[in-house]
Amino acid sequence: MSSHPHAPAHESAHNTHHGHSHGHEAAHGSFKSYMTGFILSVILTAIPFWLVMGDVLESRALTVGIIIIFGGVQMVVHMIYFLHMNTKSEGGWTMLAMIFTIIIVVIMLAGSMWVMHHLNTNMMPMSPEMMKNMP
Amino acid sequence: MSNTQAATSEKPVFYLTEEHHPENSTNLGFWIYLMSDCLMFAVLFATYAVLGRSYAAGPSPADLFDLKLVAINTAMLLFSSITYGFAMLRMEKGDKSGTLMWLGITGLFGLAFLGIELYEFYHLIHEGATPQRSAFLSAFFTLVGTHGLHVTFGCIWLVTLMVQVAKFGLIEENRRRLMCLSMFWHFLDVIWIGVFSLVYLVGVLG
Amino acid sequence: MFTNTNLMEFIFGRLSWNSLAFTHDPIILATFVVVVLGGGAVVGAITYFRLWGYLWNEWFTSVDHKKIGIMYVILSLVMLMRGFADAVMMRAQQAIAFGENQGYLPPHHYDQIFTAHGVIMIFFFAMPLVTGIMNYVVPLQIGARDVSFPFLNNFSFWMTTAGAVIIMMSLFVGEFARTGWLAYPPLSGADYSPGVGVDYYIWGLQVAGVGTTLSGINLIATIVKMRAPGMTMMKMPIFTWTSLCTNVLIVASFPILTATLVLLTLDRYVGTNFFTNDLGGNPMMYVNLIWIWGHPEVYILILPAFGIFSEIVSTFSGKRLFGYASMVYATVVITILSYIVWLHHFFTMGSGASVNAFFGITTMIISIPTGAKIFNWLFTMYRGRIRYEVPMYWTIGFMVTFVIGGMTGVMLAIPPADFVLHNSLFLIAHFHNVIIGGVVFGLLAGINFWYPKAFGYRLDPFWGKMSFWFWLTGFYFAFMPLYVLGLMGVTRRVNHFEDSSLQIWFIIAAFGAFLIALGIASFVIQLVVSFFKREQLRDTTGDPWNGRTLEWSTSSPPPEYNFAFTPVVYDHDGWYDMKNSGYVRPLEGFKPIHMPKNTGTGVILSAFSVTLAFGLIWYMWWLAALSFLAILVVSIAHTFNYKRDYYIQAETVIATENARTKQLAEQA
Repeated sequence: MSSHPHAPAHESAHNTHHGHSHGHEAAHGSFKSYMTGFILSVILTAIPFWLVMGDVLESRALTVGIIIIFGGVQMVVHMIYFLHMNTKSEGGWTMLAMIFTIIIVVIMLAGSMWVMHHLNTNMMPMSPEMMKNMP
Repeated sequence: MSNTQAATSEKPVFYLTEEHHPENSTNLGFWIYLMSDCLMFAVLFATYAVLGRSYAAGPSPADLFDLKLVAINTAMLLFSSITYGFAMLRMEKGDKSGTLMWLGITGLFGLAFLGIELYEFYHLIHEGATPQRSAFLSAFFTLVGTHGLHVTFGCIWLVTLMVQVAKFGLIEENRRRLMCLSMFWHFLDVIWIGVFSLVYLVGVLG
Repeated sequence: MFTNTNLMEFIFGRLSWNSLAFTHDPIILATFVVVVLGGGAVVGAITYFRLWGYLWNEWFTSVDHKKIGIMYVILSLVMLMRGFADAVMMRAQQAIAFGENQGYLPPHHYDQIFTAHGVIMIFFFAMPLVTGIMNYVVPLQIGARDVSFPFLNNFSFWMTTAGAVIIMMSLFVGEFARTGWLAYPPLSGADYSPGVGVDYYIWGLQVAGVGTTLSGINLIATIVKMRAPGMTMMKMPIFTWTSLCTNVLIVASFPILTATLVLLTLDRYVGTNFFTNDLGGNPMMYVNLIWIWGHPEVYILILPAFGIFSEIVSTFSGKRLFGYASMVYATVVITILSYIVWLHHFFTMGSGASVNAFFGITTMIISIPTGAKIFNWLFTMYRGRIRYEVPMYWTIGFMVTFVIGGMTGVMLAIPPADFVLHNSLFLIAHFHNVIIGGVVFGLLAGINFWYPKAFGYRLDPFWGKMSFWFWLTGFYFAFMPLYVLGLMGVTRRVNHFEDSSLQIWFIIAAFGAFLIALGIASFVIQLVVSFFKREQLRDTTGDPWNGRTLEWSTSSPPPEYNFAFTPVVYDHDGWYDMKNSGYVRPLEGFKPIHMPKNTGTGVILSAFSVTLAFGLIWYMWWLAALSFLAILVVSIAHTFNYKRDYYIQAETVIATENARTKQLAEQA
């Protein structure tokens, strides 16, 4: 019973949770940060479009890889410069929520493709060409 | 029990005599909503990933998609993002008319995006590439259409907020709402990155 | 030119006189008469006693989390009656329909009944009851005055109710789905289910799903943002922890259900080809997607029950919960693992050895944290001074029953075994074993535990124990025979059998259902008896069980504002700590309290959602369009109201608190 350290807990409670009533200090970004995000986005969008429209690379796999990587990077750019994501906003809860969501999204996408690929292979063996042309 | 008090040298405080103001939850709540929306899109992406090659002897992305149009559309959305950012910067400065002006421009870009998308859909359907034609087209129309519906609601919300800002000024509530719409708008951008990369670009590659 | 039929079709869509189900089915006609008489009596009584104004002002439009919680519980209990009536009908049919005897339910009706039973029990009994209890208890446990978004809370409740109304409507107007509770295509597609049944299913779930998702967001924000000072994450009461994980699961899984149902809707309404058999569609994708939602869903139901049991075991053993931290980690691990086991619901669909092996193993892994919890409860009881009150009965009944259900679950997790047991009555017995033995027992324990907090008097223990023993024995009689039948290979959802040697098992199961009916009746009697004996059962202390968490520090029932002063917490058993460290209840210094105002917008929006769904179900497009427009306009108009809160005057607070001081003094 005597093991509860009452006073220190109260101190920290006050510091971490109480006090700031309305003014949330969430970063809203500056002109510079918005422009940085915008320019990066333009570059990251333009390159994949150019690769596909200009038929630049021989290898399809390489092009797809680049598109996906650039898309991923651009999402991060938007998150940082437009959505002002950082590890501190809302006490880290927004970041935690996002990481959790990404995990679920990855599970769902990868899992569905894996499961459905196996189902298709086992239950309806067909080549991709047959799939395309099947009525 | 007397030990406890001796150890802490004073009686513990078990309640606050001051009014307790928990932090406002709106930003966090809205963010969680966006995450749930993100999962809804994830289902549509997963469906596209699984069914996107079931052309049923019908047209494929390479036959259908006009990348120039998609590039213009992407530009519209990107511009609208930066102009929304400018609106937020004006809001920070407390400049009501500046905020309204940039919001208006954002809305116009949003409408342009929708117009182009509708044109694209009309064009596809006119060519016989209807949502009923194949599983690929079902998945395509649903994914892109859901994004478009979100933009539509974003535009309605934007107009509502413009009226409210014009009427009541940049008060605390309106600033919070502008912040939420800002998150919504930029979130739709992030989804669009997924759409143009995975659906249009990778699709055209075949 | 509009001919007369065209006009009728425009106005009424698919709806015609023949759609009214009671015109050609005597069972439904009888139900209809009972509902009309009963409903008429209730409406008449409310009107006679002039209660409409009171109900509207004090309950329907209320944004108080306590009242909304109670309304959720009432909704769920009403729906329990409907869902249980379906169960009894199925048991009766299966007990008699052998050989020559076709029973009294034709397949068309029987199929609707098993679908409705599943849908109602999961979505409109278990879900609202879970949400209701979380709504009531969580803000009190974390020392908050309300949830983060009080209006949204009211709206969520009414959307859930709207979903229930849509489902209930199908009983009389048209028909319900005949597809099983998850409506697998192609059976649920337009080709094989052209009627309105699946559409009722879809729109009922979609409307209720909006409410569920929003209430999940609301409670997450509440738990994250509104905790009392000092309550760090590892000092949250365990029920709050399980509620947090539950709501995370809700928010991260219901959108998946929504999106999947949207795709099914498009297949049915627009003619797309997601889950059709031709033009590239793939029905297996629906099964895949719906179970990505479906598996987390079962943890949505069971996690709060685990939280309730943890609170009860700790309170009635008079001990701190054994292994609080391990309990928290187990809950979090279950939350995440619940997303990588979904394929065990369709091992037999044919994804092959590697996929099945992966999901079989993950399924077995998830039983480890669950098992750890059982040991935590046992060790909490070990050397505790256990008081055998009614909630503790349910808890012990749960521990025994749930372990059996868990073990049969692990059996089903073995893919080769699943190939034998899949779609059999063994599966039915298994999931009723965990849902009744886990979820229902937990929620009934929770009702008995928190009832005195909500209403100011305890529930009568005698009828509580009667209810418990009837439920427990009834459960074993009803479902153990199904395990046996399942091992013999009897499949589910069958309304007639040829082999009369099976009949005895079904008769035993029907007897079990009868015992459960007595259990439910005892519960209703318990409520009534307790109401009449309320003075005798009165709880004047606010802490009838010698509780451990903050909700027991308030009066029973708590004042509108919950806490006159925000409590400060040092321990996860916050109230127990306060009682043992010389807490003195504050008697002065009260200030006005800032509270949200009531609003009727939630009721209006949900009413329009019902008409929207009705229009869509019956192809009355004008009604759907008008309702949608109305929803849009009302929502926008609502945002123009900026004055959403008021102050409870200091005098009111002083009067309320003084009354409690007097009550406590009399007690002493």
